Amino acid sequence: MTVYHALFEPFVNYGFMRRALVACLALALGCGPIGVLLVLRRMSLMGDAMSHAILPGAAIAFLIAGLSLPAMAFGGLAAGLCVALLAGIVSRTTHLKEDASLAGFYLTSLALGVLIVSARGSNVDLLHVLFGTILSVDTAALMLVAAITSVTLLVLAVIYRPLIVECFDPGFLKAVGGSGPVYHVIFLTLVVLNLVAGFQALGTLMAVGLMMLPAAAARLWARDVWGLFWTASLIAFGSGYVGLLASYHLNTASGPSIILTAGIAYLSSIVLGRNGGLLQRYFPQPHYHHPPPEHTQ
Amino acid sequence: MEMPLFRAAIKISDLTVAYNRVPAVHHLSGTFAAGSLTAVVGPNGAGKSTLLKAITGTLKADEGTIEISGIAPRHIAYLPQRAQIDQTFPISINDAVALGLWRQAGILGGVPATGQESVAEALAALGLEGLGERPIGSLSVGQFQRVLFARLLLQDSALILLDEPFAGLDMPTASDLMRQIAVWHKEGRTIVAVLHDLTQVNQLFPQTLLLSRGKTMWGATETVLTSTNLAAAGYAVVPWETAAPVAMAGGQR
Repeated sequence: MTVYHALFEPFVNYGFMRRALVACLALALGCGPIGVLLVLRRMSLMGDAMSHAILPGAAIAFLIAGLSLPAMAFGGLAAGLCVALLAGIVSRTTHLKEDASLAGFYLTSLALGVLIVSARGSNVDLLHVLFGTILSVDTAALMLVAAITSVTLLVLAVIYRPLIVECFDPGFLKAVGGSGPVYHVIFLTLVVLNLVAGFQALGTLMAVGLMMLPAAAARLWARDVWGLFWTASLIAFGSGYVGLLASYHLNTASGPSIILTAGIAYLSSIVLGRNGGLLQRYFPQPHYHHPPPEHTQ
Repeated sequence: MEMPLFRAAIKISDLTVAYNRVPAVHHLSGTFAAGSLTAVVGPNGAGKSTLLKAITGTLKADEGTIEISGIAPRHIAYLPQRAQIDQTFPISINDAVALGLWRQAGILGGVPATGQESVAEALAALGLEGLGERPIGSLSVGQFQRVLFARLLLQDSALILLDEPFAGLDMPTASDLMRQIAVWHKEGRTIVAVLHDLTQVNQLFPQTLLLSRGKTMWGATETVLTSTNLAAAGYAVVPWETAAPVAMAGGQR
């Protein structure tokens, strides 16, 4: 097996592999920054909750329109936003904190989704909703994913400053007249949109993997927000590339292969990461002495 | 050279701010005059931070009004308690201080051409020269408070609200920051600061608002901080009687 055969031939020879790779690139560019912001806002599990919450919307759309990605995307978006907004409203009007009210709503939503799915019996296509098939991404699906990524990056560019200030110093944003909740809702919409984008490629349950694993891994390398964005996107795309190749050569399911690759990147970062990884922590460099080194000569 | 004229004043009338019907600020009235330098003192739970948040508009008044004149409320410079800021956030000192240019830059605008210089000058004024590239997570408590003061400096506001500016600081840092407050006072800005150290209040602050559930006093520091008043203020937290009849507007029960 030559290097060319191992690393490039599958993409040169097969259109479905090329489309899958481009889908990974688009997903990586959108999910990277979104995942990083979730980590920085201490909402890492929010993505997971939302990925379950969108299930009934997708399932209902599937029952009405069949295996149509735009319909399921719309249904999922509607269900996800409902859950996120209800959770937000309940946490602001009652004694419940946002995580508790979100848990309540997403579990209800998930149960509803599973009920709808099981009521319609064992449709194989529906397995695609749950677990995705990136190798069946067609041009229309690719356009949808690319469009969502474009919208995500544009909106993030516009709300970047208040979003960052809101998680670093919320009191400051309020004092200068910025409305934290408004940016929070816009951000949650982007989270749901990107989960929906990962739908067909990775399935509702695994789309969140491409969002959180690279972001968590990036936190162990980069030291500023831009660095985190780039690192996360790079790890996500790298995982897509390696995962697709692994699934091609080893004949494994594509979605889990991609997410497992991201998982390996995460585990390696925990050990090797230069910003607080295990090796750095337990085999530290010698520390400086007073006076600082530049004055000792 | 004539100093720019700052005329920011706050008039508070019968203000009550409550959390879940438990009042933190209770029927407070008075005025922070233009150019005044006032310390807000009182025991924990007396409503000092709540008062500042109500002035910035972050908390809504349950009763009464706060009239702010001479400045748009969103231009008030506010120093939150350090605990409310995520110091692990990966942001550089330069970027954190540059937030002080929010009024000029807003949500989308670029930092003005002179912005980088102003940031550097503000850092130098607070003894943080050359540290701009470092992440805020690498700073000591005192250095971080200097960063927040540099941000206030850039905000260049006529009204400055400080919530426990000296908490947990060593003497040199506290006196540097007190010197900065004195400069702002001399420039004619209106300053309200929540403090715990009464020695610092006596040194620097001409006016004092003593808040407590027992007694509220407002006026010249030497007339407010008498031992009788302090004892009456109790410096002890008395729980609100939950069984008490609910006080209605207009004094009805």
